[in-house]
Amino acid sequence: MVDVLVVAEAQGAVPSRNTLEVLGAARRLADASQGTVKTAVLGGPVEWLAAALFGGGADEVLWVEHALLVTPEPDAIVAALTQMVPDAAAQVVLLADDSTAREVAPRLAHRLQAGLVTEVSAVQAEAQAVVFRRAIYGGRCLAEIVATRFPVVGTVKLRSFEPAPDRSEQPGVERRIPVTVEASLVRTAVVQRVAEEVRGVKLENARVVVSGGRGLKGPEPFQQLHDLAQVLKGAVGATRAATDAGWVPVSWQVGQTGKTVSPDLYIAVGISGAIQHLAGMGSSKTIVAINTDPDAPIFKVAHLGVVADFKALLPPFTAKVKAMTET
Amino acid sequence: MNIVVCIKQIIDPEIPAEQFKLDPASQRQLRGGLSLVISAYDQNALEMALQLREKAGGKITAVSLGEPEAQGAVKSAMGMGIDAGVLVSDPVLTGSDSFGVALVLAKAIQKIGPTDLVLTGCVSGDTGNKMVGPLLAEELGVPSVTFVNRIEVRDGRVLARRIVEDGYQLVEAPMPVVASILSDDTNVPRYSKLKDIMAAARKTVPVWKAADLGIDLSRVGSAGRRLEMRGVMPVQRDSRCEVVTGDTPAEQAERLANRLRELKVL
Repeated sequence: MVDVLVVAEAQGAVPSRNTLEVLGAARRLADASQGTVKTAVLGGPVEWLAAALFGGGADEVLWVEHALLVTPEPDAIVAALTQMVPDAAAQVVLLADDSTAREVAPRLAHRLQAGLVTEVSAVQAEAQAVVFRRAIYGGRCLAEIVATRFPVVGTVKLRSFEPAPDRSEQPGVERRIPVTVEASLVRTAVVQRVAEEVRGVKLENARVVVSGGRGLKGPEPFQQLHDLAQVLKGAVGATRAATDAGWVPVSWQVGQTGKTVSPDLYIAVGISGAIQHLAGMGSSKTIVAINTDPDAPIFKVAHLGVVADFKALLPPFTAKVKAMTET
Repeated sequence: MNIVVCIKQIIDPEIPAEQFKLDPASQRQLRGGLSLVISAYDQNALEMALQLREKAGGKITAVSLGEPEAQGAVKSAMGMGIDAGVLVSDPVLTGSDSFGVALVLAKAIQKIGPTDLVLTGCVSGDTGNKMVGPLLAEELGVPSVTFVNRIEVRDGRVLARRIVEDGYQLVEAPMPVVASILSDDTNVPRYSKLKDIMAAARKTVPVWKAADLGIDLSRVGSAGRRLEMRGVMPVQRDSRCEVVTGDTPAEQAERLANRLRELKVL
């Protein structure tokens, strides 16, 4: 029996898409072994959120209460979870592999003396064990990692799991778990938050992504990608080469250190196909590559390839797609 | 200000697919004749340390845990201008997980001496666990800031620009602190001058063993792993790319759109 604790994230009463994916992974793991899914929500009770979490696959919602957990610093999250995980009596603790988890998961595992698997893309229960899979060597290989001592912590790679089927009819249990977090344990402070402006659809939610790389040679050609993305109701992404060069904001980066996307259609423009980029978009359903170099590694992962200069190809392509989608 | 930069030597991760080979026995990548590099973000961390020293003065030490060849990585860091380097290399440490690596690096940093700022790359180019920075902070009992692409130091505190999903946060933390570094247009690694590379090559890099650091051997090596690595399988990528041809870009564009429609993508 594997009991799973999911550390949830929500906007008001709505669990984030990432949390629903983690609940999907947790639900399957628990169901395969007659276990339960518990969800920890940091802060305190939020009206309607428990119902949404039950619908998403949770059996139990644990409100982890403390004033310092309302907009928490990682230090506060680590301290709170370290206290409540033993209480929750779960074998597996799962978080979405996001910017908070990067900070929190290793330190939580360290304090719990637990193992940790990051960027989990598959997980299943075996007799007395839980087996995780994750990509290594930039996605060239999959590693199979086995936990036989518990608890074990995992961060779930985004866009790797489907949310669980809706269970709104299922009743659930709520519990309040007060924790003590000393203010002196919180050593860092966010003094400013800067959000990049998003034009149109958010990259991580887009069903179509048009991305540009080094081959664009500057920030201006991204306008052509915008024009195409707009027609396709999609978002614009970029490679590390393009964000490092300062052509577009870092928040546009798709890849190992950027966003993971898995759209229906990914159009890679002037992108060579570095391993670090493939790690962020390799699971897209249909990949189109546009590149002047027929030997670019991107053609090894693309389903459709066009050897062409994007500057000449994109205007007629955008016009054609526009004509098609309007009819 | 004393800065330590932790660097990892890895096999060049951007080799073509046909050159990638796994060793069935160790479940690790076979090096063969492939070149070794300092993992990319560790190079950004080295560059950041050099710029901080240019502003605030102080000393930078590079530390690496690895095979004896990783001396080369430490020497190339010194060729970039890093003041001193240490290699921790010992067969008993082979097979350590990230927890073991963080323990070893923490002990090495304590032996190096009082340190204000520890930098690591935010993710390695081979195993890519993203764990060592925050684990190192835990071992040292200091705060951690991850995915940082700019740092300023003011009055014993750092102001770090931490990259998050929708933009960035400016995070203030007291020193000593561990920051894991992401690339940016401000920390592109500099080219080393030939004379500096030659001078670094002549230096000896001290090599420390587990015993020199008083490491509890039950926490390192394969035996110290918290989880068992059962297997590593190559991923077969579907490489049948259908090339859309045409005499002009307009023709290619037309055919690409039509093909996407046939495939019901559009």
